[in-house]
Amino acid sequence: MNNSSVTITIDGETVEVDVGRTILDGCRSAGVDTPTLCHGDNLTPSNVCRVCVVEVEGSRTLVPSCSRPAEEGMVVATDSERVRHSRKMVLEFLGSAVDVSQARDVDHDSDLSVWSDHYGADPTRYGDQVAKSSAPLKREDDLYVRDYDKCVLCYKCVEACGDDAQHTFAIAVSGRGFDAHISTEFDAALPDSACVYCGNCVAVCPTGALQFTTEFDLRKAADWRPEDQHVARTVCSYCGVGCNLELHVQDNTIVKVTSPSDHDVTSGMLCIKGRFGWQYVQPRF
Amino acid sequence: MADLYISSDVASEGEMAAVAVVLGPDDDALVVEHERVVRGGTRRRHARRNLLLPALHALQNHAGWISPGGLNHVCERLQVPPAEAYGVATFYDLFRTTDPGNREAVTHVCVDGACQMSGANELLAELEAGGARVHASPCLGQCERAPATFVQGLAGPDLVPADSLPYTIPQQGDASLRLLRRIGVVDPTDIDSYRHNGGFAALERARELGPTELVQLVTDSGLSGRGGAAFPTGVKWAAVRAEVDTGRSAHVVANADESEPGTFKDRVLIENDPFSLVEALLIAGYATGATHGWIYIRGEYPLATARLEKAVAEARTGGLLGANALGEGHNFDITIRRGAGAYVCGEETALFNSIEGFRGEPRNKPPFPTTHGLFGEPTAINNPETLVNVLHLLTSGISEYRTQGTERSPATKLFCLSGAVLTPGLYEAPFGITLGELLEMAGGVRGDLRAVLMGGAAGSFVDRSFLDMALTLEDTQKRGTTLGSGVVMVFNTEDDIVAAVSRIAEFFRDESCGQCVPCRIGTQRQHEIVGAGVLDAKHIGLIDEMAAAMRDASICGLGHTASNAVQSAIRLGLIGAGK
Amino acid sequence: MWGSNAREAHPIFFHHLMKGLNNGAQMFAVDPRRTSSAKFADVWLGLEVGSDIALANTIGREIIDAGLVNTDFVAHSTAGFEQYKASVEAYTLERGEALTGVPSGAIRELAHSYARADRAQILWTLGITEHHNAVDNVFALCNLALLTGHIGRWGSGLVPLRGQNNVQGGGDMGALPNKLPGFQNVDDRDALGRFADVYGVDLNPVPGKHLTHMFEAMESGELTCAYIVGENPADSEANTSHVRKLLSELDCLIVQDIFLTRTAELADVVLPASVAWAESSGTVTSSERRVQRCHQAVEAPEGARDDIEILADLARRLGYDWGTTSPQELWDELRSLSPPHAGMSWERLEAEGGLQWPCPSTDHPGSPFLHGWLWEDDLAGRAPAPFTAVEAAGPLDRLTDEFPLRLTTGRALDSYNTGVLSGSFNSPIRYGDEIDVHPADAERLGIADGELVRVVSPRGAVDLGVRIQPDLVPGLTFTTFHFPELADSNLLTNDAYDARSGTSEFKAASIRIERIGDCDG
Repeated sequence: MNNSSVTITIDGETVEVDVGRTILDGCRSAGVDTPTLCHGDNLTPSNVCRVCVVEVEGSRTLVPSCSRPAEEGMVVATDSERVRHSRKMVLEFLGSAVDVSQARDVDHDSDLSVWSDHYGADPTRYGDQVAKSSAPLKREDDLYVRDYDKCVLCYKCVEACGDDAQHTFAIAVSGRGFDAHISTEFDAALPDSACVYCGNCVAVCPTGALQFTTEFDLRKAADWRPEDQHVARTVCSYCGVGCNLELHVQDNTIVKVTSPSDHDVTSGMLCIKGRFGWQYVQPRF
Repeated sequence: MADLYISSDVASEGEMAAVAVVLGPDDDALVVEHERVVRGGTRRRHARRNLLLPALHALQNHAGWISPGGLNHVCERLQVPPAEAYGVATFYDLFRTTDPGNREAVTHVCVDGACQMSGANELLAELEAGGARVHASPCLGQCERAPATFVQGLAGPDLVPADSLPYTIPQQGDASLRLLRRIGVVDPTDIDSYRHNGGFAALERARELGPTELVQLVTDSGLSGRGGAAFPTGVKWAAVRAEVDTGRSAHVVANADESEPGTFKDRVLIENDPFSLVEALLIAGYATGATHGWIYIRGEYPLATARLEKAVAEARTGGLLGANALGEGHNFDITIRRGAGAYVCGEETALFNSIEGFRGEPRNKPPFPTTHGLFGEPTAINNPETLVNVLHLLTSGISEYRTQGTERSPATKLFCLSGAVLTPGLYEAPFGITLGELLEMAGGVRGDLRAVLMGGAAGSFVDRSFLDMALTLEDTQKRGTTLGSGVVMVFNTEDDIVAAVSRIAEFFRDESCGQCVPCRIGTQRQHEIVGAGVLDAKHIGLIDEMAAAMRDASICGLGHTASNAVQSAIRLGLIGAGK
Repeated sequence: MWGSNAREAHPIFFHHLMKGLNNGAQMFAVDPRRTSSAKFADVWLGLEVGSDIALANTIGREIIDAGLVNTDFVAHSTAGFEQYKASVEAYTLERGEALTGVPSGAIRELAHSYARADRAQILWTLGITEHHNAVDNVFALCNLALLTGHIGRWGSGLVPLRGQNNVQGGGDMGALPNKLPGFQNVDDRDALGRFADVYGVDLNPVPGKHLTHMFEAMESGELTCAYIVGENPADSEANTSHVRKLLSELDCLIVQDIFLTRTAELADVVLPASVAWAESSGTVTSSERRVQRCHQAVEAPEGARDDIEILADLARRLGYDWGTTSPQELWDELRSLSPPHAGMSWERLEAEGGLQWPCPSTDHPGSPFLHGWLWEDDLAGRAPAPFTAVEAAGPLDRLTDEFPLRLTTGRALDSYNTGVLSGSFNSPIRYGDEIDVHPADAERLGIADGELVRVVSPRGAVDLGVRIQPDLVPGLTFTTFHFPELADSNLLTNDAYDARSGTSEFKAASIRIERIGDCDG
């Protein structure tokens, strides 16, 4: 141990973690798989989904590993009965209330269902009469489709729109409890809101609740084929800031643009031009 | 911080005037100093964001709802993004964001606990049939006079009809009282009356001791938090003091967002002896070195708020607050903030967010308030009853203070007795009194005792086998229940206890802030199952599983305790298979 | 932030700036308009268009007068302070206020905050450089950094934000009339020798012409043939009707572009090109001198070819076989000729996600900022940095009774230059080319929001919709230039330019607004 790192124990293994880094960081360096949903490397942890909880010795309740800084001597269990139970219940609760068919553990680049299966979550236990999210599909412009039936309220879009990146604050959580949802002021249509269509909310959405129209339409046509796509990293053609773009290409057509969340310049965030300004590339002749 | 986008809706002149009363005529987050010079920026915006909640109150009160134009106006003046302000407005039960279509005051009828058992729903139906605008409300903190009502005013003050009657406590005039001794004796609107009744003697004594000894005294006294969590007060104060000693500025907050169903002690205390809270907060400020005191009082307490406002104003006029109030170089002032109907804001970090002008969502802990509290600064947040304890401790000394109660639970406790007792009301009794004795103090049980809800909705049910339980922190814990905030709500065999338990489940579903998954969906599912009325072994197993996850994985105490009452009711056979 | 609307023109840069603000940084915005960037500022100073030097000199004088000069730095690292001091002597706060319109108190506050800050940056864009005295504007800002030592240190500096993704790279590669790659002068004998060794031919040591001079040469008949690659001057240059006339009168115009732009429409030969950043591979260099690689993502449409291939083919036809011209081979050739790029191997660029020059050797980490030498004991053997005394000079288009309003131009968030690229997607926030008018002017002129008006400058007239915009000062109007097909705003702008930079005075035209009904009637 030195001044810049702390030593913790995760599932019996000793792990060194840099000061200020989280238990989740420790789990990653120890090779301990931990599910995440509301976490994003480029966002302040909102620690709301609670799927990454772990047991820390001396702590009355479980602890969200994504936001809790590692402290010297912490003894962490990631696979105790309590941990497995809470993770199972969180996944089960979500499955019972929202459409998680497209939800992904972005950190693992895997479907969330992998974890649901792993922990034995069974959302059908609550019966079919239970309240579910029911929001109409919103397609208010040519760039976004918003399907809040898929929203798990992870807050990532709000953070990306707000002071983690874009500082536009077009959307926020409104309402309370089970009725809480993402909304503009008075549920104004997005084109009538502060939205500047940077697409950062869509980029960070882990559930498909927010989608680019290009992806939505291909999915609808059952023609969204990630296995046939390749991603090329390049530099945006607009201003001189040097944002890196990842062009997702299917059938020699750009179908989505993202930016690497670990890129120094963008931290995964783009503006409307970088995100959507590529459409001149192919259809020009 | 945002480049604000304001829609074309504009506020009425009345809305603007109402907002101007709380925000002042100018000095906005954005100031046009000259045609070519505009001042704005992060600091100005941050410094004014905490005025959002008072401004929303002003809009609601003026128009009966928060209109798009009104919201825009507030957002422009405070430079808050409208989507965020809307998110805040929709968080609170007292705010409406849809046009009610008329301009009538709304009568809130409490449908929780004792009120529910006393015909609240019938009253609600009756009022509605009579053409009144009504709202089924969670606990209004008047359980001793169930069924409780609260009238949310329109372009005028809110009022509680029952406040027009003179108020007495059952123990009125009892010389052995400590916390309640001035109630009914002192004129709550007059600082001189307070002084004549021993007021500000504790503050004087505190200043003789000096901050270090004062904090030590509070630590040695064994005083612990009376809001429900029972955290040692001295430890909290010492932690804030240590931060202040490193040069940080700090706050002391009185958490008077008394919303735990069944609790009304702070209301009675503040309505009838408001200066005691002002004095106690001054002492807390002196001990910790904080320069700003805040009192966050629940929105449904108009009389307590008015009395407190007057008390703070008189204290300020009398030089007790303001520059150098606590000695050379130690400024101290008090700001009162009204809640707007959100149980979760009683959670300390949710309360901070609420004051700061954000949604009242609890923060993850750690960091704890003593290092990162209100505005990210060290904060000692205490329940009013806890604070008022310090007055007696200082004036009578530690040995006298500890003559009552037990070693681990010294001194006295306020108990809120409601429901099926002959004389519901607020009682002060030493820790260690048995549940049976306490019920006798309140005239005994009306009818045959079925169960007692201890500690409120977040507490648990006990039955007659608990009548010999000593009411101390240690004994209640040992027997698997809690004192919580001092709720003792009594149910007799006539009461529909199934409905009461179901309502508790609904209460948590309604009051969950919605932030974390276990609580947001868990409270919903729990209410669905309990509310269906049929509980077989499978359902009970599911409730236990949900309870474990909510207790373990929720962010705050709301989720941690949301199943306590339901599970205890199942254990006692009040609901479910054994009922 | 001076003459820059980065919130819209450089949005991701602005993300970084906002992080700074959240961390307690103070921001002053100097801009004639209260732009969306200026709305984040602690203080906005809305100076008169073109009064930048007056403001900078006033700030400089106030810093000197208030004793806030970093005297150690000035003594050690700069030259010409006394001359500078004398040159700003006349720019008292009162005179500064008179020249800029900004109250002296705010100027004083900016001067003091800038000088007293531990670290401070001045960031600018075309609000500084699209003026007839652009270079003087830049000198005026540089002087402030030299006075206070806010340069050559982490967190301090002078930051011109590049408007285009590879305008820095173009200059780095020698696409300047007087420079070879790596900013070596075209008449530098030693450098020329190195280039001759690699290229196998002697290079012309005579500086060429910059864009504006080329148009002058077309006008005089000296220049009769132009080969334009990836540029649309027929839309983007100031006073476009004149430019179009010159281009169409050339003996031979070759345009190589990815689109049939309005310039290409005038061409004798059009060479269809592939999209550099998506249909071919290579590097671009950003505003912060960061060289980053581009990877081909899609195949170009049939017939469109890589720019390099086209050039190499052309060379072959002209008798020079350059052999294979893969991006990596060309890059390695550049590294052998341009010392600041020498350490940036193709592999490092990929692995490290880009490198900032100078990066002279393969073990050099790259340079996040320049001019650290100013703080070295021996100035790294270089001459001290000179102050450059400059005098205020307002826009060439004077306001007159005939043209009483000031027009300035700029970018909108979702659009880019002449809209050839950004027009390809349907932006929900695009409002088209309109002229922003202050409410007081609109009232005086009797024009309403949304009304179509005729905007007339000494050079031309266009019809634009009116947008009432309170974030302006009275007398100032604003338009973008993204929609030449709809509204040719550059018909209005002034093609007078700064002889040293060749940049035209897009930012300051004089105009009048006519109601269309009135002129028809």
